Amino acid sequence: MPDDFSEPLVRLQAITKRFGSFTANDNVDLELRKGHIHALLGENGAGKSTLVKILYGLLAPTSGTILFAGTPVTMTDPRAARALGIGMVFQHFSLFENLTVAENIALVLPASLSRAALYEQIAAIGERYHLRLEPARMVWSLSAGERQRIEIARCLLQDPQVLVLDEPTSVLTPQEADGLFITLNQLKDEGRALLYISHKLEEVRYLCDHATILRLGRVVETCVPKDHSARELAQLMVGTQIAEVKPQVSQHVGEMRMAVKGLSLAPDQTHGVTLKNIELQAHAGQVLGIAGIAGNGQSELFAALSGERLSGNAQSIFMDGKAVGNRDINARRALGAAFIPEARFGHAAVGDLTLSENVILSQHAHGLVKAGFLRRRAARAQAARIVEDYDVRKTGDDPLARTLSGGNLQKFIFGRENSSKLRLFVIDQPTWGVDARAASTIRRAIVDCAAAGTAVVVISQDLDELFEISDQICVIHEGHLSAAVPASGTNRAEIGLQMTGGMNGV
Amino acid sequence: MAFELPKVTLTLREAPSRLRTFLGPILAFGIAMLLGGLLVALMGKSPWQALDVYFIHPLLDSYNLQALALKASPLVLMAIGLSYCYRANLWNIGAEGQFVIGGTCAGAIAIFTHGAPDNTLWILPAMLLAGVMGGMVTALIPAILKVSLGVSEILTSLMLVYVSQLTLDYLVRGPWRDPKGFNFPVTVTFDPAATLPPLFDGARVHVGVLLTLAIVIIAAIMQGRSLFNFAVRLLGLAPRAARFAGFSEARITLIVFALSGGLAGLAGFMEVSGQINQLQPSISPGYGFTAIIVAFLGRLSPVGILVAGFVLSLTYIGGEAAQISMQLPLDMTQTFQGLLLFCILSADILTRYDVSLAKART
Repeated sequence: MPDDFSEPLVRLQAITKRFGSFTANDNVDLELRKGHIHALLGENGAGKSTLVKILYGLLAPTSGTILFAGTPVTMTDPRAARALGIGMVFQHFSLFENLTVAENIALVLPASLSRAALYEQIAAIGERYHLRLEPARMVWSLSAGERQRIEIARCLLQDPQVLVLDEPTSVLTPQEADGLFITLNQLKDEGRALLYISHKLEEVRYLCDHATILRLGRVVETCVPKDHSARELAQLMVGTQIAEVKPQVSQHVGEMRMAVKGLSLAPDQTHGVTLKNIELQAHAGQVLGIAGIAGNGQSELFAALSGERLSGNAQSIFMDGKAVGNRDINARRALGAAFIPEARFGHAAVGDLTLSENVILSQHAHGLVKAGFLRRRAARAQAARIVEDYDVRKTGDDPLARTLSGGNLQKFIFGRENSSKLRLFVIDQPTWGVDARAASTIRRAIVDCAAAGTAVVVISQDLDELFEISDQICVIHEGHLSAAVPASGTNRAEIGLQMTGGMNGV
Repeated sequence: MAFELPKVTLTLREAPSRLRTFLGPILAFGIAMLLGGLLVALMGKSPWQALDVYFIHPLLDSYNLQALALKASPLVLMAIGLSYCYRANLWNIGAEGQFVIGGTCAGAIAIFTHGAPDNTLWILPAMLLAGVMGGMVTALIPAILKVSLGVSEILTSLMLVYVSQLTLDYLVRGPWRDPKGFNFPVTVTFDPAATLPPLFDGARVHVGVLLTLAIVIIAAIMQGRSLFNFAVRLLGLAPRAARFAGFSEARITLIVFALSGGLAGLAGFMEVSGQINQLQPSISPGYGFTAIIVAFLGRLSPVGILVAGFVLSLTYIGGEAAQISMQLPLDMTQTFQGLLLFCILSADILTRYDVSLAKART
C-alpha cells in the first residue's frame, strides 16, 4: 500500500485561470500521488478541461504554482509536460485521419523504429492493456471507440509517470471497461499517478482512491468516493438534485411505425461496415435501444434509416406501411420522421453557421423557405424558442454553433428535431460527450417523446443509458442486428456479451 | 538552447470580425502595392510614376473609364460564377477555357450567318445562347468526371483551358479563316446584326455591361437569402451536414459548374460580339484566371466582386499604359495580380484568427 503521507508527485497549488472576465479555475488545489487513482468530477463547464490543460502545459495559469516531485515547474507546451512524464488521453482525439493506426502511434516513438518492430510494440501494448488495434487501418475509417484505443495505447507507449484520462470509458462496453480497469489498476500498482475524469459515478466509486469535485471553477469537495453514494456525489457536482429518468412500464405495444425488412447495404467507403439482412420494427410509444461497440455498423445503420444513403430496394424500409427504401431523408421527414446523427459538428450541425442557420439546415422544408428564399426571421424565432424550451446556454443573440458547449449544442439539436407531431425519431448516440445534467435532460425528453406516442430508435454505446430509457433492446455487431428483447427481460451482462459477439451462433 | 524564435500563435475568433472582413482586402491591396512598387524600383523605374500610370491616370478621362468598364465586365461575370464553385469548396480553375469556348460558339453563329440578308434579329440572342451553352458544356466536363469518377476538378478544368485555346487557334487558322483576310489568322468581321450595340451613340461600352450589372444585382439578392445559396455554402462547409440536410452533393456540383461555365461563356460572347468583332487566335488576356483573383478579392460576394473587378481591370488598363509610357513589360501586370492574390489569401487569416507573438519563456 503506498504511503499516504509521502510528498505528492504532482501538486497544483491555488491555480487560477481567467479568460477575460470569466474565471474558469478559481484557486484550485489538486494533489496526485504515486500509486493512486484520483478522480476529477464536475459538470461540463465546471473547469475540468481548463485544469487538465494547465496540467498538460496547453494553458498557462493566471496565478498559482505547479510542483512536480516537490519542485516548481513551468510548462510552456505539452512537450515539456511529456518530458516530465505526464501523459494525456484526450476525450477529443488528436489523431491524423489520413494516417494509419500504426503511423499515428509511430509519431510518438523514435523515428528509427522499423515497421515490424512498430507492429510488434503495438501488438504487445494491445495484449498487455486489452486494447484491440489493427495497425494497418486508416484512422478516418475508424469509429470513436476505436480511435480512443489508439489514444490510450499511444500514451502508454511513452511510459508516463502521470496519466490523465478524460472520460475513457464513455465508448466502451462493460466488459471492455472492466478490462480497462484492470489496466488502470495495473498502472496504479506500477506506482504511477492517475487522474481520472468521468461522469460515471459508480465507476469512480469503484476505481478511484480520491476525488476532487469542481463546480463553477471552484473545488467544492475533496473526498474518498467510496465513502459517498453516487447520488451524493452527483449532488455535490451539480449543486441540485438530478431527476432520475424512469420509463413507464409500457402499457401496450403501439402500431408499427417503421419496419426494416432484410436490409443489406455495402459500405460507401473503404473499411466501412456492411449491413447484413437487418430486421427491425419500431412501434409507437416505445423506445427501441440499439446497443453495440463503436464501429459495428451504427453509422451505416443510421444513414440507411434516415435515408442519407438509399439501399436501392424500396421494399427494404417501410414507414407507416409505405415502402420508403428509395426515398431520401427529406421525403422521410415529410412523413413525420426526425433524425439526429452522432457527430454534432459537421453532420448534425455546422460550427461556422449561426444557430438559426442550423435550424434551417434540417428544417428548411418545414416552412422556413418561401419561393426558394430563406425565411430568416422565422428561423431566428424558431431558434429562440428552442433555446428557451431546452435551456440552451449561449452568448449573444444568434451565435455561431461552435461557441456552444457540447451539451448545450446537443440540447439545441434535440430541440430542433423534436416536435409533438413526430411519428418516428431515430437518434444516434444522444448523449455522447455531454455533461450529466444535459444528458439527463435529453434522456427525459426521449422518454417523454415516446410517451407522447412517437416511435423512438436510440443507437447508443452507453448501456446505462439504454437500460434507463429503452422498452426493447437489440444489439448491432459487425453489421448484424440481433432480435429485440424487452429491456426488463435482459441485463447488462447478457447485452454486453452480445456486443462482443459472444452470443453469435448460440 | 541559447535563443528561441518568438512563437506566432493563432487563436480562432468566436466569430469572424466584420471590420476585418472589410479591411482585410484593403490591407492586402496596400501591401501588394508596396511590393509592386519595390519591384518597379528594382527595375530602375520610378514607383511614383508607376503608381500614377497604373492607378490614377486611367481614372481621369471618360475614354479610359469606359475601357475600365469593358474589361471589368467579363471579370465580374466570371468571378460571380466562380464564387459559387468556391463557396461549395469546388475548384473550377478553367473559367478561361469556358470563356474561350463560349466566345467560339457565339462567334460560330456570327460567321455562319455572315452576309445573311434577311431578318437577322434572332442572331444576337442565338449567339448569346450559344455562348452560354458552350461555356456550360465545357464546365460540365470536369463536373461530370468528378461526380461519376471522383476525378480532381482542379486538374481537369485547368487542362481544358489549353484544349479550348488550341481549338479556337485551330479554327481561326484553318476552317474559319477569312478568305479575304490576307492570310492573317482571323475570321471575317461580324455583321452589325451580330454585334452588341453601344450603350449610347459613340460609346465604347456595349449594352452587355447592363446585363452584367443585372446579374450582379440578382446574385446580390440571392446571396444569404436563397435556399440554393445556403445549400452551396453548406456543401462547402460540411458535406455530411449537406447530405443530412437532404441536398445532393452531385446535383449541387453539376449546377454550380454549369452556372459558372454559363457565365464565363456569356462573358466570352460579349467579348467577341461587343469588343473584338471577330475571332482571332486569342480572345482573352487571361480574364479567366484574373477572375479567380477578383472572386477572392471580392470576398466571394457579388458587390465585393463588382468593386474588385474594377480594381483588377485597372491593372490591365494601367499595364497597357505603362508598357507604352514607361517601357514596363506586360508581365509586370500579371506579377502584380499574383502578388495581390497572395496578399489577399494571407490577409484572410486575420479575419478568422487573432494573431499574437508569444514571448519566449525560459
